[in-house]
Amino acid sequence: MYSVADLKKGLKLTLDGDPYIVIAFDFVKPGKGQALYRTKMRNMINGTILDRTYRSGETFEPARIEDRQMEFLYREGTHYTFMDQQTYEQVIVEEDAIGDAKNYMLENCKVDVLLFGEKAIGVTLPNFVNLRVTNTDPWAKGDTSGNDSKPATVETGYALKVPPFIEEGELITIDTRTGEYSTRVKG
Amino acid sequence: MKKRRKLLLRGEIIREIRNFFHRNGFLEVETPLLIPANAPEDHIEPFTVYGGYLQTSPEIAMKRLLCRGYEKIFQISRCWRIGERGTRHLPEFTMLEWYRIGCDYHDLMNDCEYLLAFLSKSFFPDGGMVYQGVSLDLRKRCEKMTIREAFEKYASADVSTAVSSGKFDEIVVTEIEPALPKGYPVMLTEYPVEMAALARIKPGDPSVAERFELYAGGLELANGFSELNDPAEQRRRFEHVNTKRVKSGLPPLPLPEPFLEELSSMPPSAGIALGIDRLVMLFADSACINDVVAFTPEESQGKEYALP
Repeated sequence: MYSVADLKKGLKLTLDGDPYIVIAFDFVKPGKGQALYRTKMRNMINGTILDRTYRSGETFEPARIEDRQMEFLYREGTHYTFMDQQTYEQVIVEEDAIGDAKNYMLENCKVDVLLFGEKAIGVTLPNFVNLRVTNTDPWAKGDTSGNDSKPATVETGYALKVPPFIEEGELITIDTRTGEYSTRVKG
Repeated sequence: MKKRRKLLLRGEIIREIRNFFHRNGFLEVETPLLIPANAPEDHIEPFTVYGGYLQTSPEIAMKRLLCRGYEKIFQISRCWRIGERGTRHLPEFTMLEWYRIGCDYHDLMNDCEYLLAFLSKSFFPDGGMVYQGVSLDLRKRCEKMTIREAFEKYASADVSTAVSSGKFDEIVVTEIEPALPKGYPVMLTEYPVEMAALARIKPGDPSVAERFELYAGGLELANGFSELNDPAEQRRRFEHVNTKRVKSGLPPLPLPEPFLEELSSMPPSAGIALGIDRLVMLFADSACINDVVAFTPEESQGKEYALP
């Protein structure tokens, strides 16, 4: 059980059955009035932002959030199936909860699945992933148009901008936090 | 603005405040910080130290000086309140208080306007200033609004419902304070009697006290009132505070007996407390109180404080 004294940015708690993460917090106290704890929280399932004000003495249920490494098996419609390689237990994550991560996931890749109790509510990828370029225009040598990037598509179907010298079939590193090209993988 | 410049400004502001009060005939006083009793309050927790308490405000001692015939006094001193820590609160902070006999809260409102205009002229001689992206002119007259009007204008409940349901403070913080005009100072006046432990009740309207709060740029800067000088009524209010404290599981606090004994000799007076740290935040355009003190309590212990 948490008390108002535990409130801080990043604290995860359960509210009305959903997991929330505290994204902003302040102690306020109007002239000679009672102490109030103002928080802004994000619902970890649907992203809704909530403003709540608490008083001294109030308590909170911690959110039982667990990161477990799993392997991405396959996708069926909006369902993504993952498997815990230790227990062989399979979980399904909805596309909404996968979010942008779907742009970087190939079958059999390893990700961290975020579990709230038994429910999978999201996945976390490594900050950098390597993906092969499946489609991009060839580099026109002597191109003087001054463009320092061109469109490309990688094997997951994700489209991004890459430098002009990247050719089809090359492996590139993408920063999953920004979705941007990072480097070319030599080799 | 770098911290060094903010601390420089802090020093200059304190010097100008002293100038203002000296020019206006006030005597600067110093009273003990370690005291046997504070004025008990519902929501203010004093630090216990060997031999008594650290002051939560110098008000008790300053009013005893009024009883002894000092007419216009001011003090800049440290105050301590347990558990108060946020972007606008420090458990140890600096308070400016001033007291005048033969005056009421209206005179204090005038003092506030003069003080803000004086400081504004010293630090922004060309006129307006900016606090957190909003232009602000401290030379303008303050807008005065009763608490009742503020609730009617900005709040989801009327003031008496808010008081009886215990939501008064929450509504002030979440609905009224954010909605207050920010281009000039604002004064909220005539607080419900339930919200005034040491203020005089307004003649003709027993539901409110002659108390006001000063806001500028959305920051609550000061709390002033016409002083209650009826010892029996003051004792009754202190005891009521202790009854409420015990009910909510807090220890009762000792009463400031010498103050209660002398209170009957205090002429009609008014007094006000203004947070220096907040005032410096306003002038330094700082969103967080950490930026205007040399060391936060966490820094003085060598720890980090996670900013909200």
